[in-house]
Amino acid sequence: MGSGLRDRALWKVALGATGSRPGRGRSPCSGDRKKEAAALPGGPAGSANRANRPPERHSSPRAGAGAEAGHSKRALPGADRPKQRISDGRRAPGRGSCAAAPRGAAGEGAGRSASGRRSALGAPAGGGGGGARLGAVGPEEAGLPQGAGRGLSGRVAARRRSDGGPGREGAAPWGGEAGSGAEGLGVAGAVSGRSEPACGPQEGTAGAGAGLAGPWSLGCGPGEAEAGPTSRLGALRRPTFASPRFPRQGWEEPAGTAPGRETMPYLGSEDVVKELKKALCNPHVQADRLRYRNVIQRVIRMPKLDQWGQAEVLNFLLRYQPRSEEELFDILNLLDSFLKSSSPGVVMGATKLFLILAKKFPHVQTDVLVQVKGPLLAACSSESRELCFAALCHVRQILHSLPGHFSSHYKKFFCSYSEPHYIKLQKVEVLCELVNDENVQQVLEELRGYCTDVSADFAQAAIFAIGGIARTYTDQCVQILTELLGLRQEHITTVVVQTFRDLVWLCPQCTEAVCQALPGCEENIQDSEGKQALIWLLGVHGERIPNAPYVLEDFVENVKSETFPAVKMELLTALLRLFLCRPAECQDMLGRLLHYCIEEEKDMAVRDRGLFYYRLLLAGIDEVKRILCSPKSDPSLGLLEDQAERPVNSWASDFNTLVPVYGKARWAAISKYQGAEHRGPELPNTASFASSGPLIPEEHKETVQEPDSGALMLVPNCQLTAEYFEKTWFSLKVAHQQVFPWKGAVHPDTLQMALQVVNIQTIAMSRAGAHPWKAYLSAQDDTGCLFLTELLLEPENSEMQISVKQNEPRTETLNGFISVLETVLGTIGDIKS
Amino acid sequence: MISQFFILSSKGDPLIYKDFRGDSGGRDVAELFYRKLTGLPGDESPVVMVTCGGHHDDRHFIHIRHSGLYLVATTSENISPFSLLELLSRLATLLGDYCGSLSEGTISRNVALVYELLDEVLDYGYVQTTSMEMLRNFIQTEAVVSKPFSLFDLSSVGLFGAETQQSKVAPSTAASRPVLASRSDQSQKNEVFLDVVERLSVLIASNGSLLKVDVQGEIRLKSFLPSGSEMRIGLTEEFCVGKSELRGYGPGIRVDEVSFHSSVLLEEFESHRILRLQPPQGELTVMRYQLSDDLPSPLPFRLFPSVQWDRGSGRLQVYLKLRCDLPPKSQALNVRLHLPLPRGVVSLSQELSGPEQKAELGEGALRWDLPRVQGGSQLSGLFQMDVPGLPGPPGQGHSTTAPLGLGPASLSFELPRHTCSGLQVRFLRLAFRPCGSTSPHKWVRHLSHSDAYVIRI
Repeated sequence: MGSGLRDRALWKVALGATGSRPGRGRSPCSGDRKKEAAALPGGPAGSANRANRPPERHSSPRAGAGAEAGHSKRALPGADRPKQRISDGRRAPGRGSCAAAPRGAAGEGAGRSASGRRSALGAPAGGGGGGARLGAVGPEEAGLPQGAGRGLSGRVAARRRSDGGPGREGAAPWGGEAGSGAEGLGVAGAVSGRSEPACGPQEGTAGAGAGLAGPWSLGCGPGEAEAGPTSRLGALRRPTFASPRFPRQGWEEPAGTAPGRETMPYLGSEDVVKELKKALCNPHVQADRLRYRNVIQRVIRMPKLDQWGQAEVLNFLLRYQPRSEEELFDILNLLDSFLKSSSPGVVMGATKLFLILAKKFPHVQTDVLVQVKGPLLAACSSESRELCFAALCHVRQILHSLPGHFSSHYKKFFCSYSEPHYIKLQKVEVLCELVNDENVQQVLEELRGYCTDVSADFAQAAIFAIGGIARTYTDQCVQILTELLGLRQEHITTVVVQTFRDLVWLCPQCTEAVCQALPGCEENIQDSEGKQALIWLLGVHGERIPNAPYVLEDFVENVKSETFPAVKMELLTALLRLFLCRPAECQDMLGRLLHYCIEEEKDMAVRDRGLFYYRLLLAGIDEVKRILCSPKSDPSLGLLEDQAERPVNSWASDFNTLVPVYGKARWAAISKYQGAEHRGPELPNTASFASSGPLIPEEHKETVQEPDSGALMLVPNCQLTAEYFEKTWFSLKVAHQQVFPWKGAVHPDTLQMALQVVNIQTIAMSRAGAHPWKAYLSAQDDTGCLFLTELLLEPENSEMQISVKQNEPRTETLNGFISVLETVLGTIGDIKS
Repeated sequence: MISQFFILSSKGDPLIYKDFRGDSGGRDVAELFYRKLTGLPGDESPVVMVTCGGHHDDRHFIHIRHSGLYLVATTSENISPFSLLELLSRLATLLGDYCGSLSEGTISRNVALVYELLDEVLDYGYVQTTSMEMLRNFIQTEAVVSKPFSLFDLSSVGLFGAETQQSKVAPSTAASRPVLASRSDQSQKNEVFLDVVERLSVLIASNGSLLKVDVQGEIRLKSFLPSGSEMRIGLTEEFCVGKSELRGYGPGIRVDEVSFHSSVLLEEFESHRILRLQPPQGELTVMRYQLSDDLPSPLPFRLFPSVQWDRGSGRLQVYLKLRCDLPPKSQALNVRLHLPLPRGVVSLSQELSGPEQKAELGEGALRWDLPRVQGGSQLSGLFQMDVPGLPGPPGQGHSTTAPLGLGPASLSFELPRHTCSGLQVRFLRLAFRPCGSTSPHKWVRHLSHSDAYVIRI
């Protein structure tokens, strides 16, 4: 609460004075503001005032007084951000009416009072809030022009705000504040109508529209919101006034700096282009929120702007970073109507903008995603296959963060007979991801239908999907899979067995059921993958399968005609394992197999493996046991794989781009390739401002804009030599250091595997149990930034010390990397302890 | 931000090729695209594809398939897939409007027109406008129509055009002519076609219970009137939106969600369910709506299958009874039942209830064609097949459980003059004053067709 706040208060005061006395004030961008201020006395504001205050309060001298009042109020340390004020008014219009008296927010009705406040804001930015707050504290204090009461109220407001509380979900979603529906409604209408006098007639209608059905409905729950064209209640936020004292930081790059964009896109009308050009080229506009706002209003709401123009503008707005929460919500409310556009391109563009702007407000992001559910689902069942596909990809993207988001609509993702293959596959993936306790039965039923599909590929995809669901709903799925074995179809059996193998490894509890299902299926497996899976299962869990040795014996008999070396290797290992637990039945054929492999086999790998096992057996049975009897399952891997629930912010910048359509992994491969091709000067190109994080924190704004600052994507297969690592490690400074609680020893293999899953490579690692235990890790993200990490475990203080070095100083990605690392370590730690 | 745009025929021959930015590749991209498309691995989707051609030459192909043609855009940027796909379908509609219909023939006859259109729509890869009004000022070339439009061509009735009275039948080609009449032709017809089209997707479990019903409806308008002429479309007054709204008597006509084209004025919608709009020439989707799970009318078809399977002899007997639950006056056209069969079915013997029906084996499935099914009627077919080598769990004798690979049955059909949601267009009024000649013709049509009508067996 230090000087910063006070500064703001001061300039607001100054501004207030200016605003209310248009004639005299210093007006940095006065045109619009004057108009706004001038417009104040008339309209609903006037009537609002009339309600409570004697008319003489209205005349111009009092504007000065009002300004003064607002002033002193602002200067109080407790004076909160303007945000509260509206909400309070909305919440308690009656109270507000007397409270806000000095600033002239009065109340005949809710709408009125708010509009009064709105008008107040036209003058000194936001006296009303304090006033309203006051009212909440005690109406009798309202009369006091300033002083303790106000300070108190301000503080109360601040506190209230930070609590959030249930009320937040009330009427102004974007504001995150509450208000009962009806009140919010009125306010919205009045407010928007009033606050934008400069913006021409269409603003007026917009305001009216908002009055009927304001932009954001909180009132209706998610279910309602998607259910139809339900009107949304809510309120617009007040406009704020920019001060020249703020350094300019809005537009990240003036138009000129965007290479490759020699021409402005033609946006449907000359005016639009002119307006945008002005916004881009004029430094004042860039520095000035009010003008920015006007640009939005004039450009965005321009009726001539067609959907292409709208999409273009939305893309373009990504480059602006709002300076305050208030401004942010202001923008959200202005742009709200785009979420309801009938063009999917515009809706998705708006969604992306919202997600990125509301980066720090997860509840707002969730609301947006609820809003976009309807359009996305409509696109998913659209007649255009291609659109449907793109929508499905985005649905999957959303499901990664909000697993339950589409669960109630699971039927929309049932495949139909005539759909092309690629859509069916996507739908199966979606079904697999949205499954929950309620719909699991129906989804599995549906998936089972697909398993017998004419297309073998699709059938196999469905079986794998059931396998994926089995990690959560093991029993039901294993039962279905077992039934599928009964069909005795080659292409089905092989996939089922592979699914079983993965399942047994991840969910040991289903081993028994799987072992019972296996006998008999060897007759229907012909391909390499399926055979390997079956042999592996027989080897590892052979002691529970009565006829395992005989099945393997068949394989041994036919080993000469076996074409796949991988199957032979698997057979060797499996037989040796089985030999350990059932020696009597296996000894003979093991001998035969080894003999064959060593004497007759032509594939060197198989032969070497045979020789290896032979020598191993010579070393004694204990030695064999020590080497071959590894754990039979690893549930931790499953945990790691579906750590899921990635934050929305991790993909917000990818939304509505090609990334979800390609899939993140493929995209990483593509961009890695492209990155190698051209990096450097092209970074801030036109493409990147769509995907790049325009919301670089302030301290970064002078540095070169870096793409993809928000989301971290580590590229797989970044191979660093130990020497290079060492060199780099010593040349860099530690960018981040932290201590992570850790109990017990480390299992290097598990850790290494876990890190591999998230594309962090291990350069070197101490043996298990070493003191102190150390590991060196490296990772690279898709922009080429290297992360070098040292883990240092000193068992005596049960702490893991993590030091990260980075070859390009970027806080955002560093934080991303650290959180990834922490997740992995946390997961491993949980399992071990 | 499109680099190139091209149209390929279904066989991969380039019909149209346009480079907007000159930043990548040459004409051979079209060939490259087709090669990639045909050689795509099964698990990748063709919608978006990438080429990484060595030297700074990587681009994304995004395409749609429209009436057998590939409309492809390439871009080297990471742009919004939704906008681009939308643009491509809009281009398809525009080309259809200008050339009459979109097909390989019309495109190759109107190459000059297509290039002119592309020049106006896109500049340096950015969309300028796609609105008919704007474009008509700039487009000079006239469309070449294959054969002169004749009112007496009554051979078949296509999507647009009513079939109410013989005297007032618009032929199927009525709607497939260029929207902009040639400048010399003063006697252009003033016509408006309004279609209410619903797509029905249904899933019925093997015990007959309804698992999923989904209706996607659209009101489509194709207007040949001069732009800016106002019209009012009255919908059924009992039309309710959302679960809670209640209008009129009885259950009303309820849809879950409605969206309108941005040019539709809705001030009379709340009170009288009237849409007002001033449509541009050409095709336009006025309204879209969805309805799921709660149909006001019974489903159009019910299928009662019974399966006899003699494992010993490998004989499979399928008896299908199809009941049409439409009102007696309505009928369903082009009904086709598609029933996947177990592998290795060799022979088929059939007993069908009507002479005009046809059943045949093909591609591992049984196809039963019923050209016309009257509402309230009931049809049946008895099919006997030999499935020699069908593996199955041991066990002899007859069983009624279906063998593997049989089903699910899917139906495709059209229901003219019927909407599953019950939505009707009450009236279509034009505020258009014809200058002298005939008053405009209005054609209103209702149609439902199946998107996926699946019955598990």
